[in-house]
Amino acid sequence: MSAAAPFDEGDRIPEIRVTPDKYLPHRYAGASGDFNPIHIDPEFASAVGLPGTILHGLYMMGLVARANTEAAGGDPRSLKRLSVQFRGMGAPETEIVVTGTVKSVDGDRVVVDTVAAQGENQTIRNAEAELQT
Amino acid sequence: MAMKTDAIGKEWPATTYEVGKEKIGEYARVIGIENPVHSDRAAAREAGFRDVVAPPMFCVVYSAPALGPAMFDDEVGMNFAAMVHGSQEFEWDEPACSGDEITTTAKCLEIFEKDGKGFYVFETRSVNQNGDLVVTGTWTNIVRGV
Repeated sequence: MSAAAPFDEGDRIPEIRVTPDKYLPHRYAGASGDFNPIHIDPEFASAVGLPGTILHGLYMMGLVARANTEAAGGDPRSLKRLSVQFRGMGAPETEIVVTGTVKSVDGDRVVVDTVAAQGENQTIRNAEAELQT
Repeated sequence: MAMKTDAIGKEWPATTYEVGKEKIGEYARVIGIENPVHSDRAAAREAGFRDVVAPPMFCVVYSAPALGPAMFDDEVGMNFAAMVHGSQEFEWDEPACSGDEITTTAKCLEIFEKDGKGFYVFETRSVNQNGDLVVTGTWTNIVRGV
């Protein structure tokens, strides 16, 4: 683990880009235990009016947690709090970009505003991560 | 329409989950986290952990089972067909490591209506075998057209 660079208000955290493949929701379902069929069964998803299977919101929240933890140097203890709002639905086979901006710095506590988006579609917004650096 | 709010304050029986090294590794791989503290015991101990340590968001694996009975409780009465996971917050304390036995309790914090939508807010609290608080979760589900 590398030491985190000091944070200043307005700094951008290193972005992460991930394109989940078609079967990612199956692997996330297995890893997390969430087998809701809207994530893994295209027929079920279309029967309930979705364009196709959708990504687990908590998977995308996992990516937001990863981006913030890595920004703080990678130590899992550095992420103290994470609060997100799920808005747009995420789709497999489309690139997800996680970006963040430092909102405030108070001693060793840093608050980062984070967004996960697929193109114009912000699947997670108003995400607030509190890091201990 | 008035919403049923009798379940506010209700708590459900605790669930216990034993954290395992391979399950942590599986979760970390899916999210793309490469830090060896999540897979290699020596690396984890070197970094000051008791054993292989879980990434923070692994908390969904051990805390969500406690929430199941709450979500399906008739007294809560959520309409699943019109439900979305609206927001989520976790606050972490003691790290979760392989071998830990984590006990989670779920409680209904709030049920309210806003702009024609029903908000159902639950809290989970997870403690380890030493009684240390590991994580607190706030889960908000939104139901359209209540």
